[in-house]
Amino acid sequence: MFTTSAQLIDLTDKKLMIALRDGRKLIGVLRAWDQVSNLVLQSTVERLYCNGMYCDIPRGVFIVRGENVLLLGEIDLDREDEIPLRQASVQEVFAEQRREKAAEERKEKIYRKKLRRLGFEDEGEPLH
Amino acid sequence: MLFFSFFKTLVDHEVTIELKNDLKITGILKSVDQFLNIKLDEIRVVEEGKYPHLSAVKNVFIRGSVVRYVHLPANAVDTALLEDATRREAANVAGKAR
Repeated sequence: MFTTSAQLIDLTDKKLMIALRDGRKLIGVLRAWDQVSNLVLQSTVERLYCNGMYCDIPRGVFIVRGENVLLLGEIDLDREDEIPLRQASVQEVFAEQRREKAAEERKEKIYRKKLRRLGFEDEGEPLH
Repeated sequence: MLFFSFFKTLVDHEVTIELKNDLKITGILKSVDQFLNIKLDEIRVVEEGKYPHLSAVKNVFIRGSVVRYVHLPANAVDTALLEDATRREAANVAGKAR
């Protein structure tokens, strides 16, 4: 019987962009995986994006628990060099991100308060 | 099993997956599995300016647990067939429970 399976075998040993539930983006080479999407990434870099710039933090080998994975994207090595963003220092991007996140969090708090007053309950941990 | 079979009939159709973090990705459905994990080829991200991390990505694997909606072309779905399949599945489940 022919069954399609959305397995990660085709993505093994490829350079991937992993989006995690907490909003982090990791770029690394997929070395191992299992049915619940636990992943082993090599030469991993955490890429921070903010306001038209980005920075990379080298992280080494990562084991990612599957429940945290949003998606895996295969990086097109040709398109990779044409990203319309400016690479900046970690300090610059980190500071900018912190400011944006603080503003975002204040808005979220007010939003959630209003919803709760209207009778809507929290839907659990929000995804970023 | 029902929705797994249903999605298998939609392979090579263009769909838009809406994730629980509000990200919407349009692409060709290439494969699906029992967890309803989805592989899309030739993706286009809706509001791509908001998601710079996907600019160099052409194919994605989306974990089934993070999908909120799968937007489909209406003409790709035979609702009568779906209804029949649902009734059969419900009957099977009821039979097994007894």
